[in-house]
Amino acid sequence: MARITSSLYTSHIPAVGAAFDLGKTEEPYWRKVFSGYEFTKQWEKAHTPDVVFLVYNDHATAFSLAMIPTFAIMTGPEFEPADEGYGRRPVPKVIGHPELAAHIASEVIQQDFDLTMVNEIDVDHGLTVPLSCVFGKVDAWPCRIIPFAVNVVQHPVPSGARCFALGQAIGRAIESYPEDLNVQIWGTGGMSHQLQGPRAGLINREWDNAFLDKLIDDPAALSKTPNIEYVREAGSEGIELVMWLIARGAMADARGGPKPKVAHRFYHVPASNTAVGHLVLENAG
Amino acid sequence: MSLDKAFKDIPGTTVFDAEQSRRGYWLNQFCMSLMKADNRARFRADERAYLDEWKMSEEQKQAVLDRDLNRCIALGGNIYFLSKIGATDGKSFQQMAGSMTGMSEEAYREMMINGGRSIEGNRRIGEHGDAQRPRED
Repeated sequence: MARITSSLYTSHIPAVGAAFDLGKTEEPYWRKVFSGYEFTKQWEKAHTPDVVFLVYNDHATAFSLAMIPTFAIMTGPEFEPADEGYGRRPVPKVIGHPELAAHIASEVIQQDFDLTMVNEIDVDHGLTVPLSCVFGKVDAWPCRIIPFAVNVVQHPVPSGARCFALGQAIGRAIESYPEDLNVQIWGTGGMSHQLQGPRAGLINREWDNAFLDKLIDDPAALSKTPNIEYVREAGSEGIELVMWLIARGAMADARGGPKPKVAHRFYHVPASNTAVGHLVLENAG
Repeated sequence: MSLDKAFKDIPGTTVFDAEQSRRGYWLNQFCMSLMKADNRARFRADERAYLDEWKMSEEQKQAVLDRDLNRCIALGGNIYFLSKIGATDGKSFQQMAGSMTGMSEEAYREMMINGGRSIEGNRRIGEHGDAQRPRED
């Protein structure tokens, strides 16, 4: 059977992708950001999964205002990195896992999570920047990737509680897939940042670290945080953090299993306008 | 059910909801068109003529011509869409975000390096934070 071995959480800042692509990772400003991923790069070499289920959001790239799906699972065979106006990132294309994705879609829709299914889409920095941070510069990503997009651009966006429950359903779906697969689930976006208006540049270090503490120790309680608190405390774009609860809900302890082990935790301010948060949790056994 | 009024109580912040999205539909879709190189070239060649091809209000067009991002947001723009204008102009996200704060590019960058804008006084309208005019009492 397929098994969720770990979950990984990270910001997905476009400027980090640009620094990576332009070879600036050793500059002092960026060195501090990339140092937070050194552990994970090594750890992934020892724990390379077969599949990453990667929760991200599209930033007005593939989804304009013409279509705004709340939850979209990418069931197609492959996805190109998008041109977001600066040219396509020079990173490998994403190879999907259509069979597992179709299984997950089928299972969670029957548990009343009404997903949109997408077979053709270009994936933006929300998806490719985490891959670069964790896998480095490679000719091909070392595993299959199922992109899963969440609307966090137009309010109302899904609540933390809905995201956590969806993660639980995705966890059950993955672990009912008959093939022996090592699956990781990643939640991306955040941490505190605001990119608009006179309050742009907001960072809330205390709130971010309390979020990390609760995400580790009591995600069910954390999931009850209302959306307004994310916007008020972590900035208008800090609402992206609800996506981390999807990944957290898929871990064993959210379904009655043992607590995960914290393999790595990192926090740094700033990368461009944003607080960088990164966490790796391993399921027991 | 419309969004909680609490979303309107955050200083210096416009929450992009269904109402703003409706108001800014063509402004945002114009921005999306700048994802294509041909459209960027046509926009650069004659901004006014290119804007006139879109069902935008005169106010929206003027806000784009002025590169007044705060005004664009008030008129229904969303920053992820508006960032396509910045990309066309060769601006970074930090330059765009900073342009909305009334700070110089240098001062904004310095603020970020020093830990970003403080949340203190910036949670609710009427507090004394730097993202809003001080209360007159």
